[in-house]
Amino acid sequence: MPWTKIYGNKADFEKAGGAGAGLRGLTYREALHEAASQLLESDQNVFVMGEGVDDGGGVFGSTLNLHKRFGSDRVMDTPLAENALTGIAIGAAASGMRPILVHMRIDFMPLTMDQIINHAAKWSYMFGGAVSVPLTIRSIIGRGWGSAAQHSQSLQSLFANIPGLKVVMPSTPYDAKGLLRASVYDGNPVMFIEHRWLYEHMGHVPIEPYTVPIGKSITRRNGKDVTIAAVSQMVFEAMQAAELLAADGIDCEVIDLRTIRPLDSDAVIESVTKTGALIVADTGWASCGIGAELAARLVERAHGALKAPLKRINFADCPTPASPALEKAYYPDRHTIAAAVRETFELKRSNG
Amino acid sequence: MPISVIGKMEVKRLQVINEQGQADASLISLLPDSIYNKFFETITLARLYNQRALSLQREGRLGTYASILGQEASQIGSALAFDPSDWIIPSFRESGVLIAMGYPMRLLYRYWMGDERGMSCPEGLNILPMCVPVGSQLTHSVGVGMGIKHKGEKKAVAVYFGDGASSRGDFHEGLNLAGVFKLPVVFLCQNNQWAISVPRSAQSAGATIAERAFSYGFEGIQVDGNDVAAVYKATKDAVDKAKAGGGPTLIECFTYRLDDHTTSDDATRYRSRDEVEAWKAREPLIRLKLFMEKKGLWSKAYEDEVIKKASDAVDAAIKEAEAMSPPDAADMIRFTNKELTLRQKRELEELEG
Ligand SMILES: Cc1ncc(C[n+]2csc(CCOP(=O)(O)OP(=O)(O)O)c2C)c(N)n1
Ligand SMILES: [Mg+2]
Repeated sequence: MPWTKIYGNKADFEKAGGAGAGLRGLTYREALHEAASQLLESDQNVFVMGEGVDDGGGVFGSTLNLHKRFGSDRVMDTPLAENALTGIAIGAAASGMRPILVHMRIDFMPLTMDQIINHAAKWSYMFGGAVSVPLTIRSIIGRGWGSAAQHSQSLQSLFANIPGLKVVMPSTPYDAKGLLRASVYDGNPVMFIEHRWLYEHMGHVPIEPYTVPIGKSITRRNGKDVTIAAVSQMVFEAMQAAELLAADGIDCEVIDLRTIRPLDSDAVIESVTKTGALIVADTGWASCGIGAELAARLVERAHGALKAPLKRINFADCPTPASPALEKAYYPDRHTIAAAVRETFELKRSNG
Repeated sequence: MPISVIGKMEVKRLQVINEQGQADASLISLLPDSIYNKFFETITLARLYNQRALSLQREGRLGTYASILGQEASQIGSALAFDPSDWIIPSFRESGVLIAMGYPMRLLYRYWMGDERGMSCPEGLNILPMCVPVGSQLTHSVGVGMGIKHKGEKKAVAVYFGDGASSRGDFHEGLNLAGVFKLPVVFLCQNNQWAISVPRSAQSAGATIAERAFSYGFEGIQVDGNDVAAVYKATKDAVDKAKAGGGPTLIECFTYRLDDHTTSDDATRYRSRDEVEAWKAREPLIRLKLFMEKKGLWSKAYEDEVIKKASDAVDAAIKEAEAMSPPDAADMIRFTNKELTLRQKRELEELEG
């Protein structure tokens, strides 16, 4: 499938024959923009709201000029009031609208936790299904933006802990477009978490609207030796690691989780049953995170499957640093993943 | 009477020195003569510091930076009304405030170069770290004020925030509580007319930010934020009142951000050159110089000498900042908790190699 592939930039996409094969390439940023634009076009109940959605940057290009096309009633810049905006979006959603709330950085979502956790996530349950909150909250994570502890966190696991919420983390332009549409029509509050480093990534994206199912992972690479389950930008790093390792004769299977709540652990367990080894590569912290959840489910359902200890690739157990020297030590990449795979592979081999 | 007026609001605006450098005689007599040189020298220093930060950023020697150009009177006029032992709670744009309080410029540069050690406040100053989430510091100031009241200290708290921050719930909740508990907090709104691309008019339908204080039961005043004497006067009055147990004050410094929001922004995308030019003509040093010259406090030779001294200090600070060795990678684990968890200890050992 051409759209399952990931290209770090336009040149790689072209080299792989993308446009040549009659496939339209879009960047992640453009894919988000197109998804929003088609939603606004076809559904009067959809609106976009957030700080700076109408400015010259247009949330790193993902909402650029949408206000000009759809009017500032539907693509709304707002005062600085994250918590209130979230409550407003919840009210609008409960009354039949389908808001897309946008945060330039996920770090401002902690300001809105009461609204998300006590209200958006609870209403369907509390009112016996009579009220639903079809709200999509876009936010962006990153790494190495220099602004550190309060400005470059990866908070997905916080949301994944809450029943009633869904959490998606697209890693490709194709998924960005399809998952945004799926989120808006899911009927539940969906935390849609993007990665700033993916914005210029390129891939095949069909022109017509489509959805990618929430809760289903995708296998980006088949392999027999070690399973790497990854999310978001770490999927790209994992694919690069798999290339490095292939040269050494280690054959990795790479699973892109795509959604972390609900988590497609079945696919991971099935893969590990085959490979006997699992590495989980996350963009955030380890404690009570995606890797912890996958490990628990693996032990619950297939405790004999592992032939070597599971490894998690995460941030160190401390806040995100500002200093370039600290950042270097802090952020894991393809080499961190490759080293973990090698170690695991050796252990698996020596365990017979 | 079925309808009667039960409240009336009056919003005051203070200006001491006008744009032509003419001072109001009765107001100016309330300020000590010695203060103008301090204003001039500190603004000059902060402006040079700022200029150099911007050029270092362009050269790739410093990270994203938030300029204070145009806001020096609001920052320095207010800061100089506090004692070093008072508490200063900045947003992320208060380099001028910190310099006026005597915070080492070497550390400020280090901070903007991307080094958490730049925010380790030296002994003798009570300055909280810069606050990146806009407006969250407003409630912290109320807590600091509470501590002061509890300990019976004669201290005041300065909390700085922007016009954008005034839309946050924390602004309202913070001011309300400071009013209820009658705390010694001076709320210093730096209304620079913009919150990145959002103009002041889109931030609130209210005419002024100052008037909001009335609904919380204390005084609010707007000052000409490009008039350093007015900012100082209003702040000094508020500090004296706070220390005498009179409770909080809200001061709206009406000023303008002449540069981009930060070095990653391009303000030409959302505001006109004419608007910026009009405010440039009102920047704080022009009128201060005119006024001081008339008083015989300013001359070209004096200015040259002040600039020379300031640029030597800035040069030295940059040199020291760049000479600092990078932080030890293990620091990030080391300072996360008072006592480290087992995982942190293991990670610390790995980093220490
Ligand atoms: C809670 C929060 N929301 C959004 C942002 C992004 N942001 C950074 S600065 C800024 C504008 C702040 O405007 P203002 O309070 O007027 O301060 P100024 O930048 O003008 O000094 C915004 C929206 C943030 N840092 N924190
Ligand atoms: Mg502002």
